[in-house]
Amino acid sequence: MQWNSLCKISDLIDNSGVCAYLEEEEGTGRQLALFKLVLADGGQKLFAIDNWDPIGQANVLSRGIAGSIQGEPVVASPLYKQRFSLVTGRCLDDDSVRVPVYPVRLHEGAVQVANVQLAELEEAC
Amino acid sequence: MNDAIKIVVVGNGMVGHHYVEQLRQHCPAADITVLSGEPRLAYDRVHLSEFFAGKTADDLMLTSEAHYESLGVRFLCNAWVENIDRQSRQVWLTDGRHLVYDKLVLATGSYPFVPPIPGNDQPHCLVYRTIEDLESIQASAAQSRVGVVIGGGLLGLEAANALKQAGLEAHVVEFAPQLMAVQLDEGGGKLLREKIEALGVRVHTGKATERIVAGNQSRYRLEFKDGEALETDLVLFSAGIRPQDSLARQADLAVGERGGIVVNDRCQTSDPDIYAIGECALWQGRIFGLVAPGYQMARVAAGHLAAGDESFTGADMSTKLKLLGVEVGSIGDAHGRTEGALSYQYQNQPLGIYKKIVVDAKQKRLLGAVLVGDSSDYDTLLQYALNGIELPKYPESLILPSSSEKPGLGADALPMTATVCSCHNVSKGDIVSAIDEGACELAAVKSCTRASTGCGGCSALLKNMVDTELAKRGVEVKKDICEHFAFSRQELFHLVQVEKIRTFDELLNQHGQGLGCDICKPAVASILASNWNEFVLARAHVGLQDTNDTFLANMQKDGTYSVVPRVPGGEITPDKLIVIGQVAKKYRLYTKVTGGQRIDLFGARVEHLPEIWRELIDAGFETGHAYGKSLRTVKSCVGSTWCRYGVQDSVGTAIDIENRYKGLRSPHKIKMAVSGCTRECAEAQSKDVGVIATDKGWNLYVCGNGGMKPRHADLFAQDLDTDTLVRYIDRFLMFYVRTADRLQRTSVWLESLDGGLDYLKEVIIGDSLGLAGELEAQMQKVVGTYQCEWKTAISSEENLKRFRQFVNADKPDANIQFVEERGQWRPATAEEKNRLANSQAIPVRQLTNDTQSA
Ligand code: SRM
Ligand SMILES: Cc1cc2nc3c(=O)[nH]c(=O)nc-3n(C[C@H](O)[C@H](O)[C@H](O)COP(=O)(O)OP(=O)(O)OC[C@H]3O[C@@H](n4cnc5c(N)ncnc54)[C@H](O)[C@@H]3O)c2cc1C
Ligand code: SF4
Ligand code: FES
Repeated sequence: MQWNSLCKISDLIDNSGVCAYLEEEEGTGRQLALFKLVLADGGQKLFAIDNWDPIGQANVLSRGIAGSIQGEPVVASPLYKQRFSLVTGRCLDDDSVRVPVYPVRLHEGAVQVANVQLAELEEAC
Repeated sequence: MNDAIKIVVVGNGMVGHHYVEQLRQHCPAADITVLSGEPRLAYDRVHLSEFFAGKTADDLMLTSEAHYESLGVRFLCNAWVENIDRQSRQVWLTDGRHLVYDKLVLATGSYPFVPPIPGNDQPHCLVYRTIEDLESIQASAAQSRVGVVIGGGLLGLEAANALKQAGLEAHVVEFAPQLMAVQLDEGGGKLLREKIEALGVRVHTGKATERIVAGNQSRYRLEFKDGEALETDLVLFSAGIRPQDSLARQADLAVGERGGIVVNDRCQTSDPDIYAIGECALWQGRIFGLVAPGYQMARVAAGHLAAGDESFTGADMSTKLKLLGVEVGSIGDAHGRTEGALSYQYQNQPLGIYKKIVVDAKQKRLLGAVLVGDSSDYDTLLQYALNGIELPKYPESLILPSSSEKPGLGADALPMTATVCSCHNVSKGDIVSAIDEGACELAAVKSCTRASTGCGGCSALLKNMVDTELAKRGVEVKKDICEHFAFSRQELFHLVQVEKIRTFDELLNQHGQGLGCDICKPAVASILASNWNEFVLARAHVGLQDTNDTFLANMQKDGTYSVVPRVPGGEITPDKLIVIGQVAKKYRLYTKVTGGQRIDLFGARVEHLPEIWRELIDAGFETGHAYGKSLRTVKSCVGSTWCRYGVQDSVGTAIDIENRYKGLRSPHKIKMAVSGCTRECAEAQSKDVGVIATDKGWNLYVCGNGGMKPRHADLFAQDLDTDTLVRYIDRFLMFYVRTADRLQRTSVWLESLDGGLDYLKEVIIGDSLGLAGELEAQMQKVVGTYQCEWKTAISSEENLKRFRQFVNADKPDANIQFVEERGQWRPATAEEKNRLANSQAIPVRQLTNDTQSA
């Protein structure tokens, strides 16, 4: 897995999101929404999901409100308020929708993301 | 039956695990041992691919050592069974250990089939079944550029997705002439292929791989029977699964011609003391490669030991999934193989949608369906098929778009016997009785029926059903603001005020739980602001705000923002008008006069907001709070200064009032107006606070509303002098701010107040609660601490950092595009964006250099 450094941890804002650009090939790239949540025990956790809101059809998820629903970290889209899990990308308000989620880590002060995303297989039964 | 019976379960996959749980329920005293051939206990194979999204093995676990211990179940990991000795009733592990059983259960699942192609055993030739397999794929992908999946079935496409997400150039090679040949017909397969290719996965159908040899550009080269070849660094086999039946063969149990341990309706093998369940079992010549039928077998087998009489009667193999973002659904007889079957098809090429239903000869019952590109009809169709519900007169109406008589098959229309969750065999009746017995929310219904906790395929239907049933019972709405605080907004306001709480974190630590959400955060932000009036973008508050407040602008549908400078009372100088025009021109913003007597500038990119505001502030403008739950505008009519009927200076009073209450954060937005005479040109009686001039002073109206549910304002007090007018408005607004619910306009708030308008008059005018002084003082504090939020924002580097499209790149959002209309710019529609991507037929707004450097 290849890790890409996107920004410094100090570029992130506690319990909120920012948008980062992940260059893929010359001239093309992906918009990622990065979140830093501060947990009850004072620990912090990073999340990276796609910035594209598949319901609102705009690049805005980094500007949503982050929080938790039943213990699951989520962000609410600023456009129409659907909530997306920061862990699985699943939309809590519409089972058929999911946004890509990327592995993210903190490495020597840098926020790094791997360009590997969750398979979008919906549960089949 | 003897409870101390010794039961040994071989295999701790999803089905083996389900069996253990079921058996423990049926036979509390049985001596149960489960042997896992893998290094860990059971995990969720269905969601295995989430491993690539950062889920760990721990996240995927279905059980734990502690859980098994609490059930009194013995377990061994890395315990591969090599031998069964039916004479002595013993199983032998590879390491020589052995266990005695009274009843043996084989839940050995299946293994990936690797076609016998020469070269298939080299490094970087992998399969997709276990967590260890995924770790190998990750490791190999890191050293590869191209990856090929051999097999274009359901799992193959999931695997291709994983390769693509790992950044590889992904290919799928399929022997059959189409993708997903088992589930889809030709039309569906063709469309799926087009869609998947459009997403950048290359598909090669009708290809038989003959050998894997060393490659020229890549590590390997696949050589096909037709003479063609494909170079790749990684090969992933997904050419089907084979039942893991080697133990049964060794022990001489009956197995099928093409593999699988033969079982009867009770899941017993040819030895009645040995059961087989899950993917290793062959029932009536069929293997079931899904988890739901496996769970059914587990229930039947566990029940049988406890003398139950359930039997396995086959299972539905319908599937709905999303592959690389493409919705696919397949139900029952998708290929129309039933005798006399007829079909209806709908195809929409521009949108990439294909739907087919297969019905019986009499057109009364649904036999099967294929959906590609839009599976929204899946739940309805599945219920028709599973429950044999009679089809509507025109069955095609089920798949035609927006057909007005499209018969929605809501949860209500289903019979009580309808199966909702096939994984856990939960019927509509079970759900209704769970609700009758007191489960009053989705989570509770889930945990007591277990519905929707298997593959998850039924979750949409379950939610719909629970909602419908709860609504029927008129379930009372809880007053709690959300799951994080067991308090209403009013109670939270009181806590903040009395305990002098200054941040959300403090409030959450002392009175809440979890991390908060998009409901409680903005509500608390508003409460904190009404009390302490600190800068909304201060570090402790910024994460609480709705995006509009965070960026001090209203987000538009394309992610751009609108800019609304305050124009108190609607009065504006020519110089200021010119500045607005200049700014709009420079940043190419769409301009419109609003219904609130000011000018809105639309289409500003987030990274331009600070520059735009710097120019506006330099010209003397302030933020208009069009984004906030706060005072919007105070409309005025021209009044006595010019109007021949005017009796007071309505413009002057409107300006003073607007300047007094601007920035006040409240439960919802507040609108006001001041009319200069009873002709009421400012429409004051449709506002939260309306003021109408009389020849003796001012009449005050409150709690009016335009919008969705218009309400005429009530006359509150008459002929007031200006000082008293302002004092009453102070008290009225602060009382509203303290006691209303979140997002409750004054009109709705008044209607919910016990005692209504008279009570309100007593509190505000008669000071019946002795609060008047406190309310006025609190308002004075807010007024005294007013700041123009934009002015504060642009004066600090720290704040400005937020106004960037990307933290790490100086680029605009490429999705934002504009086209010209009536001499101004507006957002391009999806279709126009497509056209723009292909040609230059529509003029686009380009950012010029001077705009960028402004
Ligand atoms: C721009 C404007 C329309 C226009 O082009 O004239 C407008 C635009 C919006 N209105 Fe409005 N309203 C505008 C005047 C009005 C008026 C007329 C007035 O104020 O005299 C009303 C009816 C009066 C009233 O509110 O009682 C009005 C009733 C609403 C409502 C319904 C409120 C209600 O209680 O039913 C909403 C929805 C809401 O707030 O929940 C709404 C919501 C909105 C939102 C915020 C919708 C949204 O969430 O994006 C629009 C955002 C504007 C933006 O992005 O800048 N707007 N809206 C007007 C801005 C006035 C201003 O200068 O601030
Ligand atoms: C990537 C992927 C996605 C899937 N998606 C879906 C889906 O969306 N919906 C769906 O319904 N199904 C799906 N499936 C199929 C589903 O996972 C299987 O139907 C289910 O796991 C079968 O359970 P099982 O217990 O019968 O077999 P398994 O889960 O394979 O478990 C068998 C276990 O037995 C062990 N074992 C075998 N032989 C021995 C031995 N001799 N000694 C000891 N242990 C032994 C094996 O190591 C294994 O751990 C998917 C499968 C995969 C791989
Ligand atoms: S009426 Fe509707 S569309 Fe028009 S501005 Fe108000 S909210 Fe927007
Ligand atoms: S049908 Fe699989 S969880 Fe309900």
